[in-house]
Amino acid sequence: MGRYVIRRLLQMIPVFIGTTFIIFAMVHALGDPVNALFGDKAPSPAVAAQIRDSLGLNDPLWVQYLHYMKGIFTGDLGTTFSGQQVTALLASAYPTTLKLTAVAFTIEVVLGIGLGLLSGLRRGKSVDTLVMVMTLIVISIPVFVIGYVLQYLFGVKWGITNATVGYGAPIGDLILPGFVLASVSLAYVARLTRTTVAENSKADYVRTATAKGLPRWRVVTHHLLRNSLIPVITFLGTDLGALMGGALVTERIFNIQGVGYWLYQGILRQNTPTVVGFVTILVVVYLLANLLVDLLYAVLDPRIRYA
Amino acid sequence: MSTAVSARAKTGDTEEAPLLQVRDLHVEFRTRDGVAKAVNGVNYSVRAGETLAILGESGSGKSVSSQAVMGILDSPPGFVTGGEIMFKGRDLLKLSNEERRKVRGAQMAMVFQDALSSLNPVHTVGTQLGEMYRVHKGSSRKDAKLKAIELMERVGIPGAKERVNQYPHQFSGGMRQRVMIAMALALEPDLIIADEPTTALDVTVQAQVMELLGDLQREYNMGLILITHDLGVVADVADKIAVMYAGRIVETAPVHELYARPAHPYTRGLLDSIPRLDQKGQELYAIKGLPPNLLRIPSGCAFNPRCPMAQDICRSEVPPLHAVTEQDGRALPGRGSACHFWKETLHG
Repeated sequence: MGRYVIRRLLQMIPVFIGTTFIIFAMVHALGDPVNALFGDKAPSPAVAAQIRDSLGLNDPLWVQYLHYMKGIFTGDLGTTFSGQQVTALLASAYPTTLKLTAVAFTIEVVLGIGLGLLSGLRRGKSVDTLVMVMTLIVISIPVFVIGYVLQYLFGVKWGITNATVGYGAPIGDLILPGFVLASVSLAYVARLTRTTVAENSKADYVRTATAKGLPRWRVVTHHLLRNSLIPVITFLGTDLGALMGGALVTERIFNIQGVGYWLYQGILRQNTPTVVGFVTILVVVYLLANLLVDLLYAVLDPRIRYA
Repeated sequence: MSTAVSARAKTGDTEEAPLLQVRDLHVEFRTRDGVAKAVNGVNYSVRAGETLAILGESGSGKSVSSQAVMGILDSPPGFVTGGEIMFKGRDLLKLSNEERRKVRGAQMAMVFQDALSSLNPVHTVGTQLGEMYRVHKGSSRKDAKLKAIELMERVGIPGAKERVNQYPHQFSGGMRQRVMIAMALALEPDLIIADEPTTALDVTVQAQVMELLGDLQREYNMGLILITHDLGVVADVADKIAVMYAGRIVETAPVHELYARPAHPYTRGLLDSIPRLDQKGQELYAIKGLPPNLLRIPSGCAFNPRCPMAQDICRSEVPPLHAVTEQDGRALPGRGSACHFWKETLHG
């Protein structure tokens, strides 16, 4: 187990280098960041050359990359072209996004598994049909449509919540955006749970549990659900990273100044340090979440052994 | 029907009320293709300390009838549509779900065929055994575990103290079946239903498991229903046999009499299809045809399309379970045959 964790952590190094380099190169390929910095108004060539020189943009790509990596390992993710420390940006943006993701993830887990269990246990009944139709609708509509519609209905028309998220991103304000962010994943979780519950409810060990005279609720939670959740947890783990990345759209809609907001700004202004910095952290979070899921997998299913 | 009743009366159940008495049990499965009549008026009884073997092919209704007794029928699509299941003086079919649940596991327990799939893969053996005490007796976690170890030792699992924390997949097939038996035994039920308990096991292990079941049954004076398709398994253990075909009992007899002198053409066919050493080199006998489709059970005797003795009456009239007698009219206690030509089958 310990060796497995160490090996997995070591595997992260090439993945980390690979992803950062790809992002670095892609942002570089977008075009000249100095021009982007000035927007519509073209800078004078002399000024542009000076900025380029001071930011080291005249060096070959790999030199720039090495330079950047050296910075990362000394805790310096660089500065944006406007002079802000990327680390400071990260520190202000990530907590907000983490909070949003946590809200979304909770909604996804509770509602997704709950609805899936309900519909899996009552297969073919009206509850099941309702859940199936609703989830299909949610999956087929783009997130930004759901987002704007719900924002309009709840935030503007009925005034139940704030239409946008206020300063400091209080939890109350994050429930609606969290729901929007979770919506598609929630639908997938519900469907996946339904399938595995329906499948496992015919399993021999569930019949054994009933034959033992266990109350229905215990049969469902201890025997049926416990086994059915194994594939669901796998999905949830990989989805955690996707949620943080997917927050980009939701954050735009609800004006949340989180990772998505800054990433969007960074790409718009071709700001390499910002983009690479934010994506790097996303990658690390994603890798760690995956590792966590794989470890959890062994806890849930004792037949799995790590070698 | 009157002959059917008299046949049952002669089994000796009148002396004292049997532990379990199933009367005229009907079970059907309502599927998309129609109603499959899985059990069509089954009668049997088991007394304390007695072993009843129910013999039949797949689809004969032997498992379904016992699932109905246990109350674990997959419903829907399965429904008990008629009959009585008298257990210790109560009709189980009239109990509420909650009352029924308390009977399951505590007073009657079931041993399933494939212990690997019948045990939950994600819980330790100890947890699954201990669950019986936790739920039915409200024992603490610690007590339940101690009881589980005791049980495992009881059914002959070596190293129970260590193995109690292992998972089902870490056990061999025979040991897993012992765990299943231990689980059934946990609350010392009055009746154990074993549904093909040895089918998934090696022949040598089969004998051990059957022996264990037999020993435990004697020790606790339990009633045992042994469901099987294997004539060899039951010979040494069972007291009496009920042969099922297409949802009906076609023959009942004390075990050795059935082997010596079958009174139903189907039973005879089954016995003739056992390979025998003295018939080496000859072609093995097989009952022609296939078991009937339960959606369309043949009219009259369900066995008639496959029966070498079938006459017109077999296609029109369902034979009741006749009380079987000797040629001179002497009663044969416990014997019955649902064949119009039982006399010819037994004596001719």
